[in-house]
Amino acid sequence: MKIISMQKIWQLVLLVCFLAGLTNNALADKKKLVLTGSSTVAPLALEIGKRFEKLNPGVRIDVQSGGSTRGVKDARAGLADIGMASRELKPEEGGLMAYRIAMDGIGIILHRKNPVQALSDKQIKAIYTGKITNWQQLGGEDRKITVVNKAEGRSTLELFLNHFQLQNPAIHAQVVIGDNEQGIKTVAGNIGAIGYVSIGTAEYDEAHGTLIRLLPMAGVPATVANVRAGRFPLSRPLNLVSKGAPTGLAKRFIEFAQSAAVDDLVTAQYFAPLAR
Amino acid sequence: MADAGWRRLGAFFFGEGWFPSSGQFSLLAMLWATLAASVGALLIAVPLGVLSAVFSRFYSPRWLVTPMRKVMVMLAGIPSVVYGLWGLTVLVPLIGRWEPPGASLFSAILILALMILPTVALTSEAALATVSTANLQGAAALGLSRKGIVFGVALPSARVGILTGALLAAMRALGETMAVLMVAGNVVQTPSSLFDPVRTLTANIALEMPYAAGDHRAALFASGFLLMLIVTLLAWLASRGGVHEHA
Repeated sequence: MKIISMQKIWQLVLLVCFLAGLTNNALADKKKLVLTGSSTVAPLALEIGKRFEKLNPGVRIDVQSGGSTRGVKDARAGLADIGMASRELKPEEGGLMAYRIAMDGIGIILHRKNPVQALSDKQIKAIYTGKITNWQQLGGEDRKITVVNKAEGRSTLELFLNHFQLQNPAIHAQVVIGDNEQGIKTVAGNIGAIGYVSIGTAEYDEAHGTLIRLLPMAGVPATVANVRAGRFPLSRPLNLVSKGAPTGLAKRFIEFAQSAAVDDLVTAQYFAPLAR
Repeated sequence: MADAGWRRLGAFFFGEGWFPSSGQFSLLAMLWATLAASVGALLIAVPLGVLSAVFSRFYSPRWLVTPMRKVMVMLAGIPSVVYGLWGLTVLVPLIGRWEPPGASLFSAILILALMILPTVALTSEAALATVSTANLQGAAALGLSRKGIVFGVALPSARVGILTGALLAAMRALGETMAVLMVAGNVVQTPSSLFDPVRTLTANIALEMPYAAGDHRAALFASGFLLMLIVTLLAWLASRGGVHEHA
């Protein structure tokens, strides 16, 4: 009787696993969508993707963040099937089509225990350029202001700079963050912190107990209702970006994301769904 | 031509700062941050790790040895993102209460020290285990105290292994990205105090590579190459150190 050694058995098992893995990959490539880009759009795209997967068994939607500029570049380079951008396309980003799926705003957030209730545009500019450094100067407690700024390549940064007419080198920040959630966690952990993030993301986290508070901008409260009504001064579209006209699975996904079937997902994330 | 080349190389270190949109690619501030964070972490983790190994090998009660080793192995296996998340949500606010903003060189040093401590402890313990029992018994026969045996015989014998462990830890600290990205503050500046926010070379690559293009992208690759050179230098120095002792 020939004795088969443990080693030979292991080799056989691993070979079978390897071959099985190959087959799975081949199937998945045909029915897989990769979305990369804005960390604001990513959670919404994830939820829409889950619902899409349920309605289309065998399909996998893979969502990664990395910033709006990454989404646009990946879509153009073919590294992603669809890019996510929380802004309009720039004139130099030609050859790409943007499909709006929701509206969002950018709001200033403070820690919930910070007594300051509102800040004027001038005060925000002064804080971010380092001219005001203590909350006492704004009627708050005697506490150093921790300025939280976004890293370059993020559309939230670009829109913020645009709206307040600032240049990035002029900003004196104490902390630079990447994704929205990192900014929220930084502000929630520091009573003297100030930051700016997507209103949808901030309202969602506020509702789930995170210790932040959205400030009104120019007198308009930072709520999704105001964004929807067009009253909020710093609004931006949430776009899915594709290289040229989308085809096949990407086309179906974009149509699904723009349809009324996902309005409840959009409002659950505190974004404003498209007007129909 | 060659002159322009050297000047370009100098721009990596002696420029105005890191402003990719204006073509300024000075790596110096981030290089200081990387070195400061790693050296700080090593200064904390190596003594603590070696002492923990010494305790485990020579002083601890027998029932404690295996549980302690298991805890170290588990700590060594925790992914760096988890350390980063813990740092962001627990450590940074704690430090921030003491000295805002909290996200700073100090938190980067603490997190890195926590991450490399298990590595140092485990390799030091393995190194101490290779010290020949004959030497230890000979030392005891000569009348040396336990402290004398440990610091006079065991540690010097295990020196090479401990150095290797410290080197592995240093390489991990230099290359650590996610945890440092979440706790160090990511502001490009040369740290003037322990509580200044800093950006390391690795965190810079992680933050900017997704969208960088052209010269910017090339500069990021150059910073990665610089990191590789530092690690190679470290490895070479360590091997020289070992050779010298045996000479």
